[in-house]
Amino acid sequence: MSAALVQVRDLKMHFPIYAGLFRRQVGSVKAVDGVSFDIMAGETLGLVGESGCGKSTCGRAVLRLYDITGGSITIDGREIGHVPQSALMGMRPTMQMVFQDPQASLNPRMTVAAIIGEPLDEHTDWSKAQKLDRIYELMDQVGLNRQFAHRYPHAFSGGQRQRIGIARALALKPKFIVCDEPIAALDVSIQAQVVNLLETLQDELGLTYLFISHDLSMVRHIADRVAVMYLGQVVELAPREALYHNPLHPYTQALLSAVPEPDPARAQTPQSRIILRGDVPSPADPPKGCNFCTRCPQVMARCKTEAPIFREVTPGRFVACHLYETVN
Amino acid sequence: MPEGGRRVLEVLGLEIVFHTRDGEIHAVNDVSFSLAPGEVLGVVGESGSGKSVTMMSLIGLLPSPPARVCRGQVLLDGENLLMVSPARMRQVRGGEVGFVFQDPMTSLNPVFTVGYQLAEPLRRHMGMTKRAARARSIELLELVGIPDAAARLRDYPHQFSGGMRQRVMIAIALACEPKVLIADEPTTALDVTIQAQILELLQDLRAQLGMAIIWITHDLGVIAGIADRVMVMYGGQVVEQAPVREVFGNPQHPYTRALLKTVPSVTGARAARLEVIEGQPPILTSAPSACSFRDRCADRAAQCDRENPVLRAIGGGHDVACHQSYGGCPA
Repeated sequence: MSAALVQVRDLKMHFPIYAGLFRRQVGSVKAVDGVSFDIMAGETLGLVGESGCGKSTCGRAVLRLYDITGGSITIDGREIGHVPQSALMGMRPTMQMVFQDPQASLNPRMTVAAIIGEPLDEHTDWSKAQKLDRIYELMDQVGLNRQFAHRYPHAFSGGQRQRIGIARALALKPKFIVCDEPIAALDVSIQAQVVNLLETLQDELGLTYLFISHDLSMVRHIADRVAVMYLGQVVELAPREALYHNPLHPYTQALLSAVPEPDPARAQTPQSRIILRGDVPSPADPPKGCNFCTRCPQVMARCKTEAPIFREVTPGRFVACHLYETVN
Repeated sequence: MPEGGRRVLEVLGLEIVFHTRDGEIHAVNDVSFSLAPGEVLGVVGESGSGKSVTMMSLIGLLPSPPARVCRGQVLLDGENLLMVSPARMRQVRGGEVGFVFQDPMTSLNPVFTVGYQLAEPLRRHMGMTKRAARARSIELLELVGIPDAAARLRDYPHQFSGGMRQRVMIAIALACEPKVLIADEPTTALDVTIQAQILELLQDLRAQLGMAIIWITHDLGVIAGIADRVMVMYGGQVVEQAPVREVFGNPQHPYTRALLKTVPSVTGARAARLEVIEGQPPILTSAPSACSFRDRCADRAAQCDRENPVLRAIGGGHDVACHQSYGGCPA
């Protein structure tokens, strides 16, 4: 595999909480708290976790849609972690995003051509005809009929709207696209169409994806490597097959066993299913020690005092858990 | 399920039309099904396939206008719910039929405490005193696994997490020990780990209370885990109905087969490409005169354009509405 296109080191994104008469800062929501990963060129990294674990925040922070609290982000050889927003403008064409809700992320007052062409207006000095050519080319690529270029988003179904969002993200020929739950709002039969489209585009254009989803079976399909997040931290990062066949972290094990098997013949016996008790703690007040210690079925005394370090246990497999501290 | 056994709920030839400014939408067309006591019926289908509309119409939850039930019967223990008075319907709703809605965030009233909302059906339907209702509410919250139940009765919905709120919804639906519980995508808005908790809970409760459950979902994995029988809906019609193992092991309708293939699994071999169902679900502006799946069907034949297939039994409690499977061998 080639060199890393995206390098994230110890990324932190804390949102302040203000309270009281003088709106003083009384604490912070640690949405992303020390996340590190690499994404190789041409690879898809899946980022999974429950809602509220910080996976979307992480995806947005990597693209610097937020001003991050700490850490470094390197995309395509350039450090962008602490560059001011105005200076990022020139970098934007290489990194794009596909949003979760195709209903909310398209301006209802703009035609499809205007939506897809907006990045071109912003970043190129092409003539109108040149832009329209590119818009048509993009619509062909994502499987939209050219004749619909001058319609408005409301005239399209959910799957088609997501295609518009993908075409917009592709307009500037980016290298890296963050897909933030691109299929969560779609029907099962339409999800497969959009995932196949994303895979075809990756093969044709050599794209690199960060694919954020809570759908473990879909991530297994599309991702080359998978990172599992829990309460603002990556607890396990491994190649796809290794992670799904032999999950190491107790949280990954519980998460995978909770996915219902769509085949009654293979459905697990109730004994093999790990049911986690309780809810995710608040990211404003994470537990002492390991973040997962309040729900972990294999919790030890040490977990409640000392946070585990995210380390490589076997080549390519990273886990943050005391159980694997001794493994070398 | 034994044929001719007692049915707690029977729906016959239900048809629902919405009158909108852009014309009529035939959301439900000739839907019939029945439910035995203690049975779990899974209902699958895409959004717009009419599954929620069907279930909501059973206890008169559809706003009318625009919705109108044109035809059909809904028999709850022999009583036609479409003909009863509004007062009787209010007794049925929450009393004999419980309903768990999809979205736990918006279906609890934010300005009343959870204790008040739990006690409401108990006092109304069971005529309990405040004190008795409170005691029962505590029991119910403990039943659905909410710790420190007595103290949490005073809390408002926003003080609960999503999974906890869904448990409260289930507790309210169970309050009067209904004969039938209708759960409309009760776990879709929840995470898998919380979903596993709720599934386990409902299976325990069904064993304890012996109620029949209608479980609406688009997640085939959930269905495989809990349902006894599965009903597949498409375009406002029931296209296939069979015991759960039959549906997954021997699906007959092309839509069911396609649906099973589009879902990737976390175990087993990983396909290079996902199978897709091309095209979009139909918009039902008139009563179907041809197969509503024909535009997306791989086995389309001339007959499919002329005639809407009716649901026919092919043996083993397996019904299917497809012209192709009639001629083919019902394996």
